[in-house]
Amino acid sequence: MSNFTISPSPHIHGGDSIEKNMYGVLIALIPTFIFSIVFFGLGAILVTLTSVVACLVFEYVIQKYLMKQRPTIWDGSAIITGVLLAFNLPSSLPLWIVVIGALVAIGIGKMSFGGLGNNIFNPALVGRVFLLISFPVQMTSWPVPNGFATTDAVTGATPLALVKEAVKSGQTISDALASGGFTTGNLIIGNIGGSLGEVAALGLLLGFAYMLIRKIISWHIPIAIFATVIVFSGILNLANPEHFAGPIFHLFTGGMMLGAIFMATDYVTSPMTHKGMLIYGVGIGLLTVIIRVFGAYPEGMSFAILIMNGFTPLINRYCKPVRF
Amino acid sequence: MLKTFKIGGVHPPENKLSAQGEIITLPLPEQVIIPLSQHIGAPATPVVKKGDQVKVGQLIGQAAGFISANIHSSVSGTIVSLDPVIDASGYPRPAITIKVEGDEWDENILKDPASKHPGDFTKEEILKAISAAGIVGMGGATFPTQVKLSPPPGSTAEVLIINGVECEPYLTADHRLMLEHGKELITGIELIMKALGVKRAIVGIENNKKDAIEELGKHARLAEGIEICPLKIQYPQGGEKQLIQAVTGKFVPSGGLPIAVGAVVQNVGTVYAVYEAVMKNKPLFERVVTVTGKALKEPGNYLCRIGTPISQLIEAAGGLPENTGKVIGGGPMMGKALTNTNIPVTKGTSGILLMRQEESSRKEYRNCIRCSKCVNVCPMGLEPYYLMLLGEHAKLEALEAEKVMDCIECGSCSFTCPANRPLLDVIRLAKAKTGQMIRARKN
Amino acid sequence: MMTTTIIYTIISLCAIGVASAVILYFVAQKFKVEEDPRIDTVESILPGANCGGCGKPGCRGFAEATVKATTLDGLFCPVGGAETMAKVATALGMEVTAQTPQIAVVRCNGTCEHRQRTSQYDGYKSCAIEHSLYRGETDCTFGCLGCGDCVTACPFDAIHMDTNGLPVVTDEKCVACGACVKACPRNIIELRNKGPKDRRVFVCCVNKDKGNIARKACTVACIGCGKCVKECPFEAITLENNLAYIDFRKCRLCRKCVSVCPTHAIHEVNFPPRKITEPAEEKQI
Repeated sequence: MSNFTISPSPHIHGGDSIEKNMYGVLIALIPTFIFSIVFFGLGAILVTLTSVVACLVFEYVIQKYLMKQRPTIWDGSAIITGVLLAFNLPSSLPLWIVVIGALVAIGIGKMSFGGLGNNIFNPALVGRVFLLISFPVQMTSWPVPNGFATTDAVTGATPLALVKEAVKSGQTISDALASGGFTTGNLIIGNIGGSLGEVAALGLLLGFAYMLIRKIISWHIPIAIFATVIVFSGILNLANPEHFAGPIFHLFTGGMMLGAIFMATDYVTSPMTHKGMLIYGVGIGLLTVIIRVFGAYPEGMSFAILIMNGFTPLINRYCKPVRF
Repeated sequence: MLKTFKIGGVHPPENKLSAQGEIITLPLPEQVIIPLSQHIGAPATPVVKKGDQVKVGQLIGQAAGFISANIHSSVSGTIVSLDPVIDASGYPRPAITIKVEGDEWDENILKDPASKHPGDFTKEEILKAISAAGIVGMGGATFPTQVKLSPPPGSTAEVLIINGVECEPYLTADHRLMLEHGKELITGIELIMKALGVKRAIVGIENNKKDAIEELGKHARLAEGIEICPLKIQYPQGGEKQLIQAVTGKFVPSGGLPIAVGAVVQNVGTVYAVYEAVMKNKPLFERVVTVTGKALKEPGNYLCRIGTPISQLIEAAGGLPENTGKVIGGGPMMGKALTNTNIPVTKGTSGILLMRQEESSRKEYRNCIRCSKCVNVCPMGLEPYYLMLLGEHAKLEALEAEKVMDCIECGSCSFTCPANRPLLDVIRLAKAKTGQMIRARKN
Repeated sequence: MMTTTIIYTIISLCAIGVASAVILYFVAQKFKVEEDPRIDTVESILPGANCGGCGKPGCRGFAEATVKATTLDGLFCPVGGAETMAKVATALGMEVTAQTPQIAVVRCNGTCEHRQRTSQYDGYKSCAIEHSLYRGETDCTFGCLGCGDCVTACPFDAIHMDTNGLPVVTDEKCVACGACVKACPRNIIELRNKGPKDRRVFVCCVNKDKGNIARKACTVACIGCGKCVKECPFEAITLENNLAYIDFRKCRLCRKCVSVCPTHAIHEVNFPPRKITEPAEEKQI
């Protein structure tokens, strides 16, 4: 008797897989990683490696011993969380803090919701924000880029912090930037202080292009964020150029690029429809500029993304695709 | 810029292995099994007894009701039994088994087409011939054609759309039909236009069949009001609503029929059957079937009698390969997996696809990662990931609100899902359950 | 300075608290729903499993139904059983109607060795989907599909898939809520009387095919031979569509049918082992 396989249609599959998408994102992160090594040297490698290994270990242990499932650490999602967490940290951060960040990111940010696909908030950002609140001093001492130079790392302010201080003390923005030596060219290449993966705008944009070509993400979220930031900060800048920084400054400083391209576009925590993605992007853009300009923290990207992550279920509820 | 439908869609590998294979007439089998339900609607009532002698084209099953279709004998011989026979899904279904004893055709069937011009037939004559011949939609839906050609009162057809898309991978039966019987098809289209009372017909053909576009175009120029519309390759363009949207740009409303936008869609296979029914007085008792598969020796297109066991088709195409893991009736996207090869060819069988062992099993599925790819490919603008979630928990009201009834079961979502989730499996059941609930509420 | 801050804090917090309390009080009054207080009383007696075994949407739905009803006829909580119903009756001052305790019985014995697999199902693991797609992995179009829809449906963890691919009911846990009966697309599971000392006799097959077809698909299928019907002294067995059925209301557990069944399709459970087992197979030949 013939022993055929019976299954409902369709009988073929497109061959796409979770791994293909996840490793695609990792490939897109390579240029940024190279830039970060150039700027921050050994520190960048150490922090990234520690973070990735810690994320993998925590994911394995939790899946195997707490959730009693078959561990799926090689699907790439834990590696991405590790890399993104590292990219959001200063390269001089003590490695034990990195490990704590990885534990919070994987344990609380991802696994406590049931693992891949079920988390509400971006795990890497949960880890980062936890560290930012728990270890404010270590988390805000940014080494100035000096590559593999052997001299002791010098720490300096990020452009965002500098501007914040300047506005508080009544200085004009252009003076403050000039005193810190931040030119527009430096901002774009990323030769400035900051988290190890967020400074190299060029590398991040390369990754964006790669992900668009591979169709790993759609353009909607990043472009909506960029457009909102440009328009909103542009209006503020026109109203008072000495008090509010311009769009270029906002686009190329802090975690804007990294957040918009790699963190906000996380599959699990972003909306499902294109319309929803646009709303989500606009929300992130607005919140980021509001926190940066009016809030207590110099940088607002992480908070903005986490807040909009919370709105994602609501956006999914009300933003339906264009029906036939 | 070629036309196509606007929402969703995927492009599976085409694999049209048998595109160059001319239609071969299959020798008569020793015995045919003719199911009484080869169409949507009520099964036909048998009008023969065990032991009766029948001729090719003789009526053996009478349409039972408005939505039903006549069934004719495809061979000449003796009725062996009227017992139910195991069908494709393994359940017994009413059928008539006939022992083949020759090839004597009913004397009313004309060997050569009537010399009458399509315009000389009246609307009633054409519809009557279609109804008598038991013609159903041959693209796979098997809806009785005369019902489709009689628009409900209050609505009028404006345009006839002919489906020559054949968007399913592997299948080439319609392609070959268009290449080899272009002239007859155009006559058939003229007949249906007359029956519908429309002045315009558009033939939608995907651009991977350039030769068919050219061939049909050549004949269409001689007729009036028939246009050929090349379409960009995209699945599921053969879906009725998708094809109408691609060709005319109009959206059929949710829950509505194509007639709501003045369109009637017919498959090229159906058009050919209409041509034969009207011009030759020949009932629907044979059809072109693609037999294909990567491991098969000679994938090809065969003209065979309804009721021929598919094992004979596979034999003709080089025999069942050793490593066959799955036999599919139809194409790989919407076809039905068969339990054995003894089941007969029916009016809706457009192809037999053999899949190798390694192609036939699915990968293990994992958590939904909410990548939204299913939402982007759904040609009906639904959210498959959400429908699956609701379906797993049998939330029927929510499913209805999410328009699960609009799902055309094309399988694009399952095809695309990176987590290999069996979206359509669950959605199909959820749709059936929701449909039951809606019907129960109406009663 | 410090003290004033603390005092202001305390005062403002208290003020907010009082204001909220007042608002809440009026809102609660305004939107108050008048309900029969007996509903709460009955609900507190019920087990609170919300299984739907009574046919009502959850325990509260059942409580509402009992309060509205004039008698308790037709209202029965299968989980709580007679004890709970007696309490409900006392609370409402009504008479309770006696109900025989029931249990879910799986009527298929088509294990791998009895039923040959003739195809491989490779879709979403759900009996309902497999059933709507085709006849299943074996040639039996009536038997258990083994995907465990009943296991998923059971709110009491009382049914499990055995290693041989068939569901097994744990007697102690089953409360006869009927969730599995509804979940089974092939109507294999039936609620039957638990029987004295939990002893039951039933036909462990639902195959309505003719004898030869049924036997070909499964060696332990009911072939509709009718021997049990003739053997039964109490007219408890009926034969319809090639399938024997034992009416548990009439069956007196004499077990005569069990020994005459040529395919061993009739099962007895919880009986002490027999002293003499009649070789049924030999008798047939």
